[in-house]
Amino acid sequence: MAINWFKYSSPASFYSLAGKMIPFFTVIAIILLAAGLYVGFFIAPTDFQQGEAYRIIFIHVPAAWMSMFLYVVMAFWAGIGLAFNTRLSAMFASAIAPTGAMFTFVALWTGSLWGKPMWGTWWVWDARLTSELILLFLYIGFMSLQAAIDDPRRADKAGAIIALVGVVNIPIIYFSVQWWNTLHQGASVSVNQAPSMATTMLLGMLIMVFASWMYSIAIILKRIRVIILERESHTSWVAELQKKGTVS
Amino acid sequence: MFIWIIKRDLLLAVRRQSDVLTTLFFFIIVVSLFPLSVGPEMNLLRAMAPGIVWVAALLASMLSLGRMFSNDYMDGTLEQMLLSPQSLSLLVLGKALAHWLVTGIPLVLMAPVLGIQYDLPVDALAILTFSLLLGTPVLSLIGAIGAALTLGLRGGGVLVSLLVLPLYIPILIFGAGAVEANMAGVEFDAHLSLIGAFLLVSMVFAPWAAASSLRVSLE
Repeated sequence: MAINWFKYSSPASFYSLAGKMIPFFTVIAIILLAAGLYVGFFIAPTDFQQGEAYRIIFIHVPAAWMSMFLYVVMAFWAGIGLAFNTRLSAMFASAIAPTGAMFTFVALWTGSLWGKPMWGTWWVWDARLTSELILLFLYIGFMSLQAAIDDPRRADKAGAIIALVGVVNIPIIYFSVQWWNTLHQGASVSVNQAPSMATTMLLGMLIMVFASWMYSIAIILKRIRVIILERESHTSWVAELQKKGTVS
Repeated sequence: MFIWIIKRDLLLAVRRQSDVLTTLFFFIIVVSLFPLSVGPEMNLLRAMAPGIVWVAALLASMLSLGRMFSNDYMDGTLEQMLLSPQSLSLLVLGKALAHWLVTGIPLVLMAPVLGIQYDLPVDALAILTFSLLLGTPVLSLIGAIGAALTLGLRGGGVLVSLLVLPLYIPILIFGAGAVEANMAGVEFDAHLSLIGAFLLVSMVFAPWAAASSLRVSLE
């Protein structure tokens, strides 16, 4: 049986597919979130070194992972959109960016909340923290470039180029920051030796990671539906939806 | 074509010297502001000098990026260049090189004088100048991508800083790092080699990325 892989690359058919997928991913995200938070806050034991403060990792680690992962996914879709001129891929890239930036911000924020009791300071110029901050700048650059361009086609392509330039630069930036950090060892605190974790801690963290994935998928699909409606507002299928009253 | 575009941009710069001088004086003023803000303590200033000069060079080079394509874009020359059968990447490389000759070289020449103000030792001055000589062309090349992407946009000047400054970070780290390493009595060759590597890599990829950005912007 031949499957038409390109059926859902049309915004019109993807719109309805996304509509069916959103409730599914939302429910899974909520269940996993509840389970992960329960394991994290009630079942996982208190850490003998860090006390209760370590529990921030149930939010911090998934957010940090998602922030990096989503940038790569965004650049991937942007690159596909640029190479094959597919409209939906570019929409994916612009829908991912705000979620990625949000996770980057959450990672930085929870990190500094953890840093205060642990290191006695809100912020250190550690290699990881600095790279995460630069990642936030890259997200913001991508979003503000797209926001500044009125023509959506040009915004897609310009955003794709800056996302790809960014993704090529991320390893370079990461390693230069790391080297810069080792040269200035004085003030930094080592975060490289993570103490070995209890199984329940690891379990809680992994559940939260999956919850973040499901949440990201749900919210990105939701955002993509809005983007599709916005861009396709002149087409007949959107007009039909409006007539039916499903979209106002 | 490559030589022609450099000659042409240089001629344009000579005819409009105020642009070049504005960038240079911006650089000098920014560097001179730091002693006024942190105090004239010489040991502190000496330690901060490489970083300050490099950050100021970054900002000065970035501020002049808008001029790289915008004048040609306004009078339609850029469109003709896009239509010409010559390689657009080569043309962008020429324009970036011209931008460097016009803005980068004056900064490099001025850096030792500013370094003296900060009481840098002689060999540190030499390394500062050399690191700027190697690093400023990379700034022009990476900047060309940002300049091409923001061509003709509202608030393009501020936007280009958001796009380009994060990408400048490695150059800043190793440029200032080379001087600091020398002042601390450590080997500094590795820093300079890395800047050289960035220069070679960006010479290959940046014109290409900037050329496709120009095509997007002028579509």
